[in-house]
Amino acid sequence: MSPRPGFVLEVDRSTPPTLFMHGEGFRLESLPVGSRIVYPPEALPTVADIDGAIRSALLHPVDSEPLPALLFPGMRLTIAFDDVSLPLPPMRRPDVRQRVIEAVLDLAAAAGVDDVHLIAALALHRRMTEAELRHAVGDRVYDAFAPRGQLYNFDAEDPDALTFVGETDQGEEVEISKRAAESDLLIYVNINLVAMDGGHKSTATGLASYRSLRHHHNVRTLQRSRSFMDQHRSELHSSNWRMGKVLRDAGVKIFQIETTLNNDTFPPPFDFLQKREWEWSARHRATFVASSKALDRAPNRVRRSVFHSVRAPHDLTGVAAGEVEAVHRLTTARVYEQQLVPVEGQTDVLTLGLPYICPYNVNSVMNPILVMSTALGYFFNLYRGRPLVREGGVLIVSHPTPWEFHPVHHPSYIDFFEQVLSETTDPLEVEKTYEQAYAEDEWYRHLYRTSYAYHGVHPFYMWYWGSHALQHLGAVIVVGGDARAVRRLGFKPASTLRDALEMASDVVGRDPSITHFHAPPLMMADVT
Amino acid sequence: MKALRVERSLPRFAAARVAGALAPGGGARVGPLRLVDVDPPAPPGPEWQRVRPRLAGICGSDLATVDGKASPWFEPIVSFPFVPGHEVVGDLDDGTRAVIEPVLGCAARGIDPPCPGCAANDVGRCRNIAFGHLEPGLQTGYCADTGGGWSIALMAHPSQLHRVPDGMSDEAAVMVEPTACAVRGALKCAGGAGGVIAVVGAGTLGLCTLAALRRWVGPDQLLVGAKHPQQRRLATELGATTVVEPAGLTRAVRRATGSMALPRGGPGPRNRTDGEPDQLLGGADVVVDCVGSEASLAQALAVVRPGGRIVMVGMPGSVTVDLTPLWQREVELVGAYAYGREPQLDRRTFDLAFELVAEARLERLVSATYPLHRYRDALSHAAESGRRGAVKVAFDLRNEKDRERL
Repeated sequence: MSPRPGFVLEVDRSTPPTLFMHGEGFRLESLPVGSRIVYPPEALPTVADIDGAIRSALLHPVDSEPLPALLFPGMRLTIAFDDVSLPLPPMRRPDVRQRVIEAVLDLAAAAGVDDVHLIAALALHRRMTEAELRHAVGDRVYDAFAPRGQLYNFDAEDPDALTFVGETDQGEEVEISKRAAESDLLIYVNINLVAMDGGHKSTATGLASYRSLRHHHNVRTLQRSRSFMDQHRSELHSSNWRMGKVLRDAGVKIFQIETTLNNDTFPPPFDFLQKREWEWSARHRATFVASSKALDRAPNRVRRSVFHSVRAPHDLTGVAAGEVEAVHRLTTARVYEQQLVPVEGQTDVLTLGLPYICPYNVNSVMNPILVMSTALGYFFNLYRGRPLVREGGVLIVSHPTPWEFHPVHHPSYIDFFEQVLSETTDPLEVEKTYEQAYAEDEWYRHLYRTSYAYHGVHPFYMWYWGSHALQHLGAVIVVGGDARAVRRLGFKPASTLRDALEMASDVVGRDPSITHFHAPPLMMADVT
Repeated sequence: MKALRVERSLPRFAAARVAGALAPGGGARVGPLRLVDVDPPAPPGPEWQRVRPRLAGICGSDLATVDGKASPWFEPIVSFPFVPGHEVVGDLDDGTRAVIEPVLGCAARGIDPPCPGCAANDVGRCRNIAFGHLEPGLQTGYCADTGGGWSIALMAHPSQLHRVPDGMSDEAAVMVEPTACAVRGALKCAGGAGGVIAVVGAGTLGLCTLAALRRWVGPDQLLVGAKHPQQRRLATELGATTVVEPAGLTRAVRRATGSMALPRGGPGPRNRTDGEPDQLLGGADVVVDCVGSEASLAQALAVVRPGGRIVMVGMPGSVTVDLTPLWQREVELVGAYAYGREPQLDRRTFDLAFELVAEARLERLVSATYPLHRYRDALSHAAESGRRGAVKVAFDLRNEKDRERL
């Protein structure tokens, strides 16, 4: 039976309560009759012979010579790969990056290539730990390259490891990994979880320094990216594409390998999280009740450990290799096939249940800034055409939003929350007044380079990520969150969804249209 | 007349210590402080004047006495029984309102020639506070001969009296003495001019110090660790550039100074507190400790820069602190006890305090007043002032019946 597409359900009296993710837990909520619920499509079928598909993509790339023809003895080969922020949750072993990298290395070895470096393209994200690198590339690759210093995390603050490539016609500076830029061939191994990923963004962002990133990771660009999941209407992508042209014109040869995954997100016993509620079996209902009670009683540490140990069963739906733009067109089509759900008309009130994880808290804490970024950055932007919620509408988010930070991973977030947000939540003011000091702070630099800290400027990017939504929305209400933390974000706290809907009526009137975005699994609303 | 009096009683001091540990200010119920009827104090000399207090503040040092926590250092420089209260505005017999500068220096003690401190008008550095024709007592409020502000009447030497300007309220006037202490402390922070000064604590002394730093020192950044919401609001109003909770002060100083920082247990990716600054390698130019506890002094040592200065304005008592950073970072630790003459400005500290109280409207720090007979409530309120949304608590003696009979 072929997978069923996503669809929009209208709530009636027979509709069972709706599942809302709520951080490291979940809730069942009864939405008012007449509300809409957008359900994601079911998981697409996966590629039967994954290794065969990968090999075929390498041998029959699009708009490029086959990979073996690009490999020769004595060449400098660099393989860059997406970091720990992808996929979400981390996938079961073997990770698709491992499969692709092993296939590439087999061909490189056959061609007599021995100068190979593998770089985790993490831009200003935190460094990956050894365990995370092993998970991504596999033990065999790790043990062969890491001990010799040929597999490592990108360091965007190492002046000796960066090179200035040039400027775009709009004056955007392009500074990326020197090793990657000076290699005879750069192979980028991507996981395209959402439509924002991949394309020129892989190299122009993943291997770039702050000097380069600031040209598109800024408020102006992100407010003009509507959405940044729709690359044709995304200034973020336009900037990255201009930078890609600079790289190409400078002779940086990129062989792009992009993979797409289905949305099979949760393994048993949490697989009920991706089922439609009226199709829950007795086992699903029992698991929901048991796990809800257990999680309610468990300390934070235990809950976090349970969820962060989830390894997603999602698997490969396609792989394409070759010229960056040509590959990305195929990839984007496949992402849309898995994730697009047609929705007619906007809504006055959009409700979201935020999960425990986002790209920046893998094995970590979803702090309040990440709650903002996930809700107003990622989920709000999961649209094509028009935002799912109308301009001036209300976003209701369900998440505990604890006033809690991971000191190792997010040190500058703590300061951002304490200092910056206590002064202003206006993205333009935040950017103008504080960004430079955080970006150039030597302690943050030190922690980014030597520990496992996100770069000092990273919380700013998270705030900018939500700047289009901040501009668009009339109010944001957080259900079940730490009230002080929620207020610090500039949002309104509510104890229950009913209270939140009551509060929303101050903004959108007494009889608003309500739409619930039932993710994860991830999807994208195609709003007409 | 009615007076609150502290008597020498070891069992009562011990009981106060226990009660104070259970509930701040609790020493008032079982300790050495009693509400008693006593004879008005006799003038120690012909020039001494009677002062009938209008308002008398409750200070941290008073609370330490009430709760039996005062340092043994004070033992030989006080005399029992004494009536506490050194933050006083009162009426002289000729109707003049006056604030008392409480230090009992050479002039008050009839010592001539005066010691070098008093000769330089720096009475806070008097070397004779246990000698002369008065019983020992570093200040009015700790001396058996003079009486103190927590009563209907006390005696003051003319050298101690400062006329209150017309138009200044009693509430403002009672803030002059603590403000003078703060002015003294702030003027020891000149090294922070144009730089970064951090203030630990935002009770009465912390807030007055902030105002004084803003008025005379002019740091580029003035950070404060304040525990309670009303303290944070007042700190902002009085000129702090950054106000944080006490636990956030280290992080705030690091941000302000761009310092490198070390976590507990040393840096390293395997340290789970990496990214949580515990001690700074740089730090603030000057840190003013307005609390005087082990924790506040340790924090001051952790956030002051090498070669910087810590000014101790809060009364410390016996504390145990690792002084290794003081040594390793060549930090100056300076006390700021009282007042006299400020050489930088060539003016008396009290004159500066009068100015500052008026300019910064420090009368707003007086949160609550109590009649003498409700001293237990007053002391309990003062001991928990921050938590209860108050700053300065004082006795209001203006309506005491005995007052007009004297």
